[in-house]
Amino acid sequence: MSTRDTAAEKWPDVIRPYGDTTGDGMVQVSFTLPIPHDKRAEGAALQLAAKMGLAPAMLVHAKAMGPHFTFFVVYGSVTHLVDLREVVVIEREFPLLSAKEVNAEIKKRLHRKLVVVGACIGTDAHTVGIDAILNIKGFAGEKGLEYYREIKVVNCGAQVLVPELVARARAEEADAVLVSQVVTQKDAHIHNTMTMSAAFREAYPAGRVPLLVVGGPRFEQGSAGRLGIDRIFGKGTTPGEVASYLVHAMTQAGTQAGTQTGAQTRATTKEHRR
Amino acid sequence: MSAAKPKLELDPVLIRKARALARKAGAPVVKIARTHTTVSVERAVLRLAGLSGADHDRLPWVNHLVDAVRDEVGLEHGVATPVFDAIRRGAAPDLLTLAQKSAAGSISFRLPEGRDLVAAKSLALRSVRPGMARIDRNRATRDRMIKRHGDPRQRPWIYLIVATGDIYEDIPQAQTAAREGADVIAVIRSTGQSLLDYVPEGATREGYAGTYATQENFRLMRAALDEVSKELGRYIRLVNYASGLCMPEIATLAGLERLDMMLNDSMYGILFRDINPIRTFVDQRFSRQIHARAGIIINTGEDNYLTTADAVEAAHTVTVSQLMNEYFAKEAGLQDWQLGLGHAFEINPDLPDSFRMELAHAMLARQLFPNAPLKWMPPTKHMTGDVFRGYLLDGFFNLVGAMTGQGILLVGMMTEAVVTPFLSDRDLALQNVRYVLNAAGGLAEDFHPPRDGFIQTRARRVLSEAVELLERIVNDTGQSGAPLLEAIGDGTFGLMKRPAGAGKGLDGVVRRAPGYDNPATTLLEGGAGT
Repeated sequence: MSTRDTAAEKWPDVIRPYGDTTGDGMVQVSFTLPIPHDKRAEGAALQLAAKMGLAPAMLVHAKAMGPHFTFFVVYGSVTHLVDLREVVVIEREFPLLSAKEVNAEIKKRLHRKLVVVGACIGTDAHTVGIDAILNIKGFAGEKGLEYYREIKVVNCGAQVLVPELVARARAEEADAVLVSQVVTQKDAHIHNTMTMSAAFREAYPAGRVPLLVVGGPRFEQGSAGRLGIDRIFGKGTTPGEVASYLVHAMTQAGTQAGTQTGAQTRATTKEHRR
Repeated sequence: MSAAKPKLELDPVLIRKARALARKAGAPVVKIARTHTTVSVERAVLRLAGLSGADHDRLPWVNHLVDAVRDEVGLEHGVATPVFDAIRRGAAPDLLTLAQKSAAGSISFRLPEGRDLVAAKSLALRSVRPGMARIDRNRATRDRMIKRHGDPRQRPWIYLIVATGDIYEDIPQAQTAAREGADVIAVIRSTGQSLLDYVPEGATREGYAGTYATQENFRLMRAALDEVSKELGRYIRLVNYASGLCMPEIATLAGLERLDMMLNDSMYGILFRDINPIRTFVDQRFSRQIHARAGIIINTGEDNYLTTADAVEAAHTVTVSQLMNEYFAKEAGLQDWQLGLGHAFEINPDLPDSFRMELAHAMLARQLFPNAPLKWMPPTKHMTGDVFRGYLLDGFFNLVGAMTGQGILLVGMMTEAVVTPFLSDRDLALQNVRYVLNAAGGLAEDFHPPRDGFIQTRARRVLSEAVELLERIVNDTGQSGAPLLEAIGDGTFGLMKRPAGAGKGLDGVVRRAPGYDNPATTLLEGGAGT
């Protein structure tokens, strides 16, 4: 078996889940089947487990939930192997900076404050995400963007209409627009984000669109291009990561912003990604 | 409820002072509420008079009629006088026809004078009476059904949420939840509804993260729960939301359709939805008067302070909000048993002594409001997606609820912040609650935190911080003459600055003229109904 070198340790390329012994492949799953609890239901659960690649599978718990449903817990060894060589990881494309470094970098590159406009758009009223990133209070022990001396934060709050957001971004001459989308029922987060990015492209000349950043727990990694935005942040994102990204993206754009070609380049890459 | 001897040695002088400060902060706001009306209050009057339905664009007739009156004669005198004057003059045989004709622009309204005025007001009062009588009858029906089927056997009552967006999906889910042990069913509202300036009509099958609050949805769900109450031998209560721009109308519909509890917070809409403060306080007072009349238990929203702020540092803001909610509620006629004052288990579980602090906070609320049911809300902010850890946290949350005699316990889901709960998540959650209540329900009897120990000290500190904050609020003088409004405008509550002259729904606020008449308010404030 070939191996790979990570730091000092050597890891095999092919692995299986670990229960209590290397290579045992043990996993646990729980699920509900829409049938009453009886012997047939238990057989059905084991059939599903087998189809999921659990062999042998142990039905360790089965419980009726009312007359129409049964809940199961199954332990078993999966027959599947995981090939680490086929795993693709999207690495963070920017260095993580401290608040001090972020401020210094903005000062040096932009010679003014970086303006960030944030909102929850559409019907979404869940401001937890945007507040965690923007409010001084912050998240996970990190202070929010309001705390950064060189960042001007405009938090528009919840249920902001897209045209309002565009108008506010223009009025504030926003460098970046942060949008939070928590509600995902009927793909509201996707529709809202696409509406938003389309509105910004319409309202701004090509290449002048502020950075469009969307945060939410249920966005697909790598879908930013398809949604017409610059960056997606997922669950557990801290304000420091967002600030570092903004600095990275702005200073990159900033070095180009002076020249018309630079702005066009950015617009082209955006087009290309879509 | 817990009439037993108090477990925390709190300074009674300080408690009295806290209430006096809440009164001082609240009274000027009540004065503003008594001198203004809103489009939604006026629409609620028409709903009580029996006007319902909507045009082909689904805009309710109550909106049409209030808008028409406002355009022609203004709302300063209330909608009732010009509307019933028009009926008296024979402009239309009934309110529905009047609304339809006025939408077509074929009605002209006037402010009657002299004998016409007296007659219009008297007709208005007579027309609103049947609606009020229906609310009274519903209250009596509820009392009778509780007598027949019984209340839940245990305290706290078990409160579960359904939220599919489709009322016809909600119904079987709610019935299943009741069969599995839920005592109280809340139908979460579609997330956009709080900012709609009208109440949608009819049975609805599409909502975002919840189901629209409509009169027909209320009726359907109440009927379904009546059926299951009978089956289970236990009265299952139904909850919805009297909040947002249509708070007074939704409260009215709740009374008309025998809902049992309504979420109704004094400042939530202002702080978290950016609804204009005056609009909120005017709407809230009317909606609470309706709730008082209808025998509805209100649930306040203090949990929200803790999800946006730190649950340790902001613990006292919960106490302040509870005191304000209590003041406004009692002023509107609600009684202690109707005050489901909120609080939540939201302290970061990684902090040392987090559970002890939760206990201290929960006991403080219990002792400050000994006769209120109190609504205990589960962890959401520190639910990480690690469902196993989440299940344990919910167990500890349930334990605090059991140990401190909470009245209403919102069941926490281990999949909070992950997915909308699976059927199995709900079943596991109820199993968790049942285990804890069964195993430790009587612990309240044994548990007495030692004098000047950690819990007593923590509770005293939170109370004194609450008093300090209330003092800061009442000393916040400015041009509005209402320190609470100034404080809300300065961002005293969290970082959210909400000036009295801004926010959504401001254009629906009208200062009352000296001749203002509201027959619903007359009946609500006059006491006896018929």
